[in-house]
Amino acid sequence: MLSRTLRSARWAAPLRVTANSYATARRTVTTDAASAHAEKSAVPAEDDKQFTVSLSPESFENYKIDGPSTELSVSKNELKEMYLNMVTIRRMEMAADKLYKEKKIRGFCHLSTGQEAVAVGIERAITPEDQVITAYRCHGFALMRGASVKSIIGELLGRRDGIAFGKGGSMHMFCKGFYGGNGIVGAQVPVGAGIGFAMKYMGRKNTTFALYGDGASNQGQVFEAYNMAKLWDIPVIFACENNKYGMGTAANRSSALTEYYKRGQYIPGLKVNGMDVLAVKQASAWAKEYTTSGAGPMVMEFVTYRYGGHSMSDPGTTYRTREEVQRMRSTQDPIQGLKQKILDWGIVSEEDIKALEKQAKQMVDKEVKEAEEAPFPESSPGNLFEDIYVPGSEPDFMKGRTLEETHYYSKKA
Amino acid sequence: MFARRKPGFPSGFAEQGVAHEPACHALRPCATDADPGKRKLNIPIDYAASSYLAQTSQAAFKNHELPASLRTSSKTKRMNLFQAINDALATILETDEKACIFGEDVAFGGVFRCTMGLTERFGSERVFNTPLTEQGIIGFAIGMSAQGHTALPEIQFADYLFPSFDQLHNEASKMRYRTASAKAFNSGHFVVRMPTGAVGHGALYHSQSPEGFFAGTQGLRVIIPRGPIQAKGLLIAAARGPDPVVFMEPKLLYRAAVEEVPVGEYELPIDTAEVLQRGKHITLVSWGAMVYVCEVAARAAKERLGVDVEVIDLRAIRPWDKATVKDSVDKTGRCVVVHEASRTGGIGEGIAAEIQERSFLKLEAPVQRVTGWDVHVPLIFENFMIPDVASKFP
Repeated sequence: MLSRTLRSARWAAPLRVTANSYATARRTVTTDAASAHAEKSAVPAEDDKQFTVSLSPESFENYKIDGPSTELSVSKNELKEMYLNMVTIRRMEMAADKLYKEKKIRGFCHLSTGQEAVAVGIERAITPEDQVITAYRCHGFALMRGASVKSIIGELLGRRDGIAFGKGGSMHMFCKGFYGGNGIVGAQVPVGAGIGFAMKYMGRKNTTFALYGDGASNQGQVFEAYNMAKLWDIPVIFACENNKYGMGTAANRSSALTEYYKRGQYIPGLKVNGMDVLAVKQASAWAKEYTTSGAGPMVMEFVTYRYGGHSMSDPGTTYRTREEVQRMRSTQDPIQGLKQKILDWGIVSEEDIKALEKQAKQMVDKEVKEAEEAPFPESSPGNLFEDIYVPGSEPDFMKGRTLEETHYYSKKA
Repeated sequence: MFARRKPGFPSGFAEQGVAHEPACHALRPCATDADPGKRKLNIPIDYAASSYLAQTSQAAFKNHELPASLRTSSKTKRMNLFQAINDALATILETDEKACIFGEDVAFGGVFRCTMGLTERFGSERVFNTPLTEQGIIGFAIGMSAQGHTALPEIQFADYLFPSFDQLHNEASKMRYRTASAKAFNSGHFVVRMPTGAVGHGALYHSQSPEGFFAGTQGLRVIIPRGPIQAKGLLIAAARGPDPVVFMEPKLLYRAAVEEVPVGEYELPIDTAEVLQRGKHITLVSWGAMVYVCEVAARAAKERLGVDVEVIDLRAIRPWDKATVKDSVDKTGRCVVVHEASRTGGIGEGIAAEIQERSFLKLEAPVQRVTGWDVHVPLIFENFMIPDVASKFP
């Protein structure tokens, strides 16, 4: 969805509302991205040896469960990789932003800058055999699930090398273990429940992350999916990325209950500091364990923030203040937060950080360049009419704009 | 089809810079591929030169559908499509205190600015944002209008209509029938507005034209305006009418279509087609953004082939004005239906069949259709999906 013109910041709500209900939605967990603690002396010399990090006691809030421990086991290598992953996503999103402003990317484009810790933290907690499905803010998830920068940027540019042959664009990224990339708000949530059911049916110890935003959480099918998932104890994690705004509408103006992790009512919930990649990882690992133990579904809420507008055509400053965005950027940034911690803990030096950032930049720059240089798909009937039906099962022909444009599948285009 | 030749046989326009291919796999989109400088048919549409838009006040008041009282006042204001819709909505709210507008982000003016300034003017009790809940929005609107309110919900894009399709198809459309027209259950004063159609890069979920899905829904009215004057008059009439209405606004035209719109309130008929230009050789039936493509094609046909084209803007898609179309086709003997939506399941199917039934003995060629492709709207090929001028020249 896009919001081209959210010019006025005048609030509106049906009927009269008390001043109290205009208060900012309560977000009780911290969004401090650098709130974890580790003793420098406890950090091992070896890169792959596990050591303990203490998360802030305000990292989680639990609903009908005890929730995860704030003691997280992690290795130096893992921390460096998380940093590299987040920097790579940010670089890629910034590249998309630039290409969009150069009018090389057209149409709808939703960036996830600010929300990188969610995609990275989840991926660090699951395996390639686990499943992820999300909405249209999907570039970071696609990358973490194994898609290349070239295939993602190529898709945005409408190239044949794009992940969906350039036919889907920003909202439609798919790869193994990743079901997109969905343009209709909330539509992916019951699909996620179905994927989870399949995991259970096949006896696999895998979970499914069905992600959606605070805006989508009000779609009826989200609640329908909750009910089915609990009814059949499906291993699915309904994960709400609460970035405070559903397009231009603040969470508390669209949702009667903004504690999204409690919205499952009869499903346990877990609210997580979505700006701290370590908290995201810890919570996601716990949720995977819980859902695959036979206990049924879980609802998670990642408290996060998007720096940009809802889409490229939304400046993102009409329904929230520039100061708010600036404050989140400068004090709660997930990348800066982790960087500060790994420097403090002596895991990396300033030079190491620079090297990691250079590595991300070089990789992204190279793949973006390749994507830009990749040819546009040939406008042939073969390209237009493929993938509507499975090859061999198509009808004899599909129609074009006129009778003469009818495409016969039996004849090679 | 313009010349008297075997129907469907390509007549060939080698001189137009179109790569011409054998009919069985001719890919007309190649026309759009051609170097823009060399194009002769698919040139960008100049809306400011269109005779289908009232470029002057005088032209606006030549419209005989406008009430006589309005025509004597002769005051107009230059507006584009979204401004005219805004004007219509303001008129409805002003004259009907039970009218409310609601939808996703409408309080800020909406994605396409159609509701700009209305919250400020009429208050947040009457123009308000809803959660992202299309099914909820439409059900809510049905309940309101059943109680005698005028409900003006907005669905942010026609592509998002489907979660609410059940409410429209099974609830709104059947309200009168299933309540044995009980007066207690109002089924009108209900207009759901939604932007529709392609813009060139909306892709799978922002460029569809789903009007064909209502072909099987009895009891709803579906309207697609082609420009500001029409949108204003049709929207006001729809909001005051006794039937539930789906009002689809071609998003391509929100800014592109500009005309001198009469000041003050007026209604236009929501059940008739409008003949945009008279001709004697062939009838083009279209609606929304496509009528401007038809205009250019008609001009090209006149210049290149000496063919005199009659163009009809259907505007009321369901139910549609069969009499006007029949009269025209009986006269011309040929008909092409043009729409953006896919060919299969598009409204053109029903129109073509109806004309064949009603005017068979007058037809000199089979009714033809120029439509979108039977494919999902692909990001990179979106412009090829849309009928263009060259596609009307087989």
